[in-house]
Amino acid sequence: MKIPLSYTWRSLWTRRTTTLLTLGGVTLVVFVFAAVLMLARGVESTLVETGSPDNVILVRRAATSELVSQIDREAVAIIRTHPEIAQTADGTALLSAETYIIINLAKKETNDMGNVVVRGVSSHAMELRAQVRLAEGRMFEFGKQEVIVGSNIREQFQGAELGQTLRFGDATWTIVGMFEGGGTAFDSELWGDVEQMQAAFGRPVFSSVTFRLAEPESYESIKQRISEDPRTQAIDAKREQLYYQEQSQFMADFIRAMGIVVTVIFSIGAMIGAMITMYAAVANRTVEIGTMRALGFRRRSILYAFLVESILLSLLGGIAGVALASATTFIRISTVNFGTFSELAFGFVLSPDIITAAIVFAVTMGVLGGFLPAVRAARLNIITALRSS
Amino acid sequence: MFVLKLVLKNALRHKLRMVLTILGVAIAVTAFGFIRTILTAWSAGVEASATDRMITRHAVSFIFPLPLAYRDQIATIPGVESVSFANWFGGIYKDPADPNNFFPRFGVDVETYLDIYPEFILPADDRRAFIAERSACIVGEKLARQHNLQRGDLIPLEGDIYPGKWEFVVRGIYRGKDPSVDETQMLFHWKYLDERITELQPSRSGDVGWYIFRVSDPSEMPRIARAIDDRFFNSRASTKTETEKEFQQSFVSMSSAILSSLEAVSVIIVGIILLVLANTIVMSARERRREYAVLKTLGFRPFHITGLIGGESLLIAVFGGGLGLALTFPLSQAFSQVFATLFPVFRVEVETVALASLVAFVAGLAAALVPTIRTLRMRIAEGLRAIG
Repeated sequence: MKIPLSYTWRSLWTRRTTTLLTLGGVTLVVFVFAAVLMLARGVESTLVETGSPDNVILVRRAATSELVSQIDREAVAIIRTHPEIAQTADGTALLSAETYIIINLAKKETNDMGNVVVRGVSSHAMELRAQVRLAEGRMFEFGKQEVIVGSNIREQFQGAELGQTLRFGDATWTIVGMFEGGGTAFDSELWGDVEQMQAAFGRPVFSSVTFRLAEPESYESIKQRISEDPRTQAIDAKREQLYYQEQSQFMADFIRAMGIVVTVIFSIGAMIGAMITMYAAVANRTVEIGTMRALGFRRRSILYAFLVESILLSLLGGIAGVALASATTFIRISTVNFGTFSELAFGFVLSPDIITAAIVFAVTMGVLGGFLPAVRAARLNIITALRSS
Repeated sequence: MFVLKLVLKNALRHKLRMVLTILGVAIAVTAFGFIRTILTAWSAGVEASATDRMITRHAVSFIFPLPLAYRDQIATIPGVESVSFANWFGGIYKDPADPNNFFPRFGVDVETYLDIYPEFILPADDRRAFIAERSACIVGEKLARQHNLQRGDLIPLEGDIYPGKWEFVVRGIYRGKDPSVDETQMLFHWKYLDERITELQPSRSGDVGWYIFRVSDPSEMPRIARAIDDRFFNSRASTKTETEKEFQQSFVSMSSAILSSLEAVSVIIVGIILLVLANTIVMSARERRREYAVLKTLGFRPFHITGLIGGESLLIAVFGGGLGLALTFPLSQAFSQVFATLFPVFRVEVETVALASLVAFVAGLAAALVPTIRTLRMRIAEGLRAIG
């Protein structure tokens, strides 16, 4: 015979303070667990969405990011002629050779220095990145010392309003527009004319080349073509999404590893909390358990009842924790990504698998914390249980 | 004395619960101590900065080089003592996916660099061998241990900022003067770097990453910084001069968002400690309502009751906190061995120990607050009537 669920429910309700305290512990642990996973996911998805599936990015072999990569003019001219590259309406290759430079700007809130990316782009840059669109002002003019700023830069940094000027390189740059990068890494960049950037920084080389494939399947063939040509063999081709995913790897792994270590330690704490509560529940209800056994409830039913009580407790805590964590999706964090040494804005991203993981995590805590006390309850001897006061 | 005895007896009444609570508090305190240690390790570079050193770098960003000619000009500024310089090499060592293969590699002016960093202790023989050979390098002891490097070993690097394949011979292993010194760096000849890059990319000849110099009077630092930056203001490469501490701080504050999340987590841990402890204390106080009513009837004062409940809470907090702190050390030790180069200096600071103890103590007091008030307010008749 089973013990009805309402018994469990009422037992929890009778001991409200203890129940709430235990619940609070589980909630906090699940909250941290979920928030950490969400943050790591946020970094990944920001960078992965920065890449487009049909785009290929070229950097110098052994360069881990655009920052340390160099590609010379001659190589770009050769690559431009490859047939695998998509063409625009006017018959030119859909390709943008770019420079990638980092400058320091002061943050609005903290006055701390942030590393902001200045990307010198060619005329096809916008077309290559479907996520990027001009939100305010106008596009910079090629041949002029003008830049447009990403939405995150304008939000987070000083002196990045439309019409203001920035001094870097050998020139003064006027901000003429603001663009939205759709939550990608481009949101944290400044864009200007690549030729102007090269002149201002006295660097005749490019950092990277991005182009669209005419056919997504032709990736292998162009990769091979580039690596076989002796003039371009020092250049490495990568699908843009993969490239950006690699940029997020270290940061995401770091957050995750740190988070897992901390939450595992936490969860042991919360489990002990649940165990204390459940042991107390068993001790307080010894007579009750004895009575139930006398009424004919089986040991197994008692075991289940207490286990269910513990699971219910942790499940509630898990749900509360996830609910609390979902509130963090409104927070955006802007920090330096270790992989690129440049500022990156990202948020907490909640996904079904994170919810599942958090709930499973909570229930596991409940099972582990409740099992031993439940066993003790089930093994009570009827006579001594009834006699205890 | 009597209250103390009673506290002890009370605490030992539910041995299992007592042990579990102590464990729970201990684990939370360990997590707290560990996170605080990560936070202090993060800013270890700032703490280790010398008070009489300043750094001049490119005004736009650290990634832009300064001309070699600045060295002599900086040296002429009054108050500036010896000037040295270094470049960030970057590069890839073995498999880049393993974070332990990342460690700082600097091309430095070998004649002057070690004089400016007296905390890097290099045996005289090593020093001579290092300076004599163009492709020689020295490594920190921790780095040498991590990668099993000995004098005479080759360190192959694949260049990224400085393209090509590079090989350096280990000619010396330095030790730090005290535990706060970063022993994971690799230093080699700036001249070697410059010669090769001049051949490959003549436009980058004579590029210096940053200048570092000692000043005779630290109180003069603001004036010196202004004098240097003013001198180069209208040059092709304008500069930013700051104290070594500020320079290090600027790297730490780049990850300020991560640091504040960790701080937030450490605060949440305090909440968890409190919850675990409060749970036990509330539970015990509830079970003992009748006893407390009896004590009150016998004429014990509120002071005694407070002592009983608070004492038990504090007892658990102190034991849990102590155990937790004791566990923090081996955990940090293990972590620092696994991630030796990621956090060059990773140790539990005295402030961390003090803070964790304080947190445990305050949690011990706070956890007893509600049950104590409740018990004191309880009417005796009510308490006597209470059941389990």
